[in-house]
Amino acid sequence: MTTCLQQKLASGHFVLTAEVCPPKGSDCTEFLEKSRHLSAFVDAINVTDNQGATMRISPLAAAALLAREGMEPIFQITCRDRNRLALQSDLLGAAALGIGNVLALTGDHISFGDHKASKPVFDLDSVQLLQTIKGLGEGLDLAGRAVSGAPAFFAGAAAAPEAEPFPLTFYKLEKKVAAGAQFFQTQAVFDPERLRLFSEAVRPLNVKVIAGILLLKSAGMARFVTSNIPGLKVPAPLVEELESAADPMAAGVTIAARLAAACKPYCDGLHIMAMGREDLIPQIVEAVRSEK
Amino acid sequence: MVGGFPLTIDHRPPTIDRFKTMIVSKQKNLDEILAAMAGDGKVFLIGCAKCATVCKSGGEEEVWQMQEALISAGKEVTGSVVIDEACHMLRAGRDLRAKKEMVEEADALLVLACGAGVQSVSAGTPKKTVAGLDTLFLGNIRRFGQFEQKCSLCGECILTETGCICPVTVCPKGLLNGPCGGMDNGLCETDRENECAWFQIYERLQAQGTTDKLKRTVPQKDFSKMLKPGKLKIER
Ligand code: SF4
Ligand code: SF4
Repeated sequence: MTTCLQQKLASGHFVLTAEVCPPKGSDCTEFLEKSRHLSAFVDAINVTDNQGATMRISPLAAAALLAREGMEPIFQITCRDRNRLALQSDLLGAAALGIGNVLALTGDHISFGDHKASKPVFDLDSVQLLQTIKGLGEGLDLAGRAVSGAPAFFAGAAAAPEAEPFPLTFYKLEKKVAAGAQFFQTQAVFDPERLRLFSEAVRPLNVKVIAGILLLKSAGMARFVTSNIPGLKVPAPLVEELESAADPMAAGVTIAARLAAACKPYCDGLHIMAMGREDLIPQIVEAVRSEK
Repeated sequence: MVGGFPLTIDHRPPTIDRFKTMIVSKQKNLDEILAAMAGDGKVFLIGCAKCATVCKSGGEEEVWQMQEALISAGKEVTGSVVIDEACHMLRAGRDLRAKKEMVEEADALLVLACGAGVQSVSAGTPKKTVAGLDTLFLGNIRRFGQFEQKCSLCGECILTETGCICPVTVCPKGLLNGPCGGMDNGLCETDRENECAWFQIYERLQAQGTTDKLKRTVPQKDFSKMLKPGKLKIER
């Protein structure tokens, strides 16, 4: 099975993805409404996996609900909460439910979340998880036993273009691609020049790059993100721009749209993280979409 | 000897100074200990001369302080002993037999030793036994009173491949193929006071000119090597 997202990327189409957080609870009405609305603007929707180690509905279930309505989910699966049996059985489940895109992640540490006393699993790491996905596609599980159906996933991985030291992270990016990653969805980019350097570095790996754009809703949120979200640093000038704005939300949208446009030449698509304000995504992507 | 084990074989009996890694433990708070012995008027106290002494959780001094605390809480202390190595099952049994009468007289034994020590004590007596410590990890001693976990006893050591810095232990996620996305300028996402394990490995391998080791994909780890309960019998 080749997914829609995979086809679009393969044909050189500039893609847009967005992230929707599944609910803490079993009522998915609002989640589905948001996703339906977004589907009109984006090519695929990332369904996060207990993001920030905060317990929510299973991303497998939530992604399956999207797939059932004909939407295009990217099932995010982390190593934090599942051992290798659970990872593989969820992947097989995803394939059976018509989910073809997977983003293989390590997962934020338990200590960030709302169940701090829980036992972190990390039986596999993200590279080994990608190997697992590849193995299932070849009809073999991690124990070397045959699995029926041999689900061919479109597998992606995370990348952090602004991480330091970059050469250290690059070793892992190479391993991810060797293990089967076909696309990267990046951490939020704040400096398009860094994305340019990143794209140049990964070009030989022959992998699609979907660059992350984060909607900064206020100076306070920018500061919070900087000190609390692993791997995210909002540069001071952007914080100042938000601080001095009469309407910080509008300023945030302007910044995101500006970054989106500046990043576009250096990637194959954009991934918009709107942190609950998914209704603003159409405004952020307006400029890059109209050039399509 | 520079900050580690002596390079020549040393036949002296182990002393506290030469003990460079150990089972790190800390005392439970007194209220919790007293609650566990609510109905017990008479208590016999047991410490350990090895790890619990160095961690200042169950050596001579702490046993004495505990005795004072129990007396002020209205308990009678029938006696005490600091076992040379409480985890040594034969020795623990022997030391308790030497104090048989005081042990017999007590309603409960309070053990200030690691979980292994508590179990070797309780295996030798039908008496109610109370664990007075929380046992934390196998630790290196940075300096007096400062302990750090460097090894989590995984049963299949990979240090040779990682510049002798253990990602299984020093990385809170135990990642084997490089840093997670939370690494921030070489610092760990879970505690910005700590360097990322993979950053440390990278620096070490760079200094040794062996960064090529970072290119190797480490396959899924065999966690069956650390299945519990561990057992080893040295074949002769
Ligand atoms: S690899 Fe295993 S045995 Fe070696 S130091 Fe790390 S935890 Fe200990
Ligand atoms: S920052 Fe480094 S040490 Fe910390 S969890 Fe991530 S990989 Fe492990």
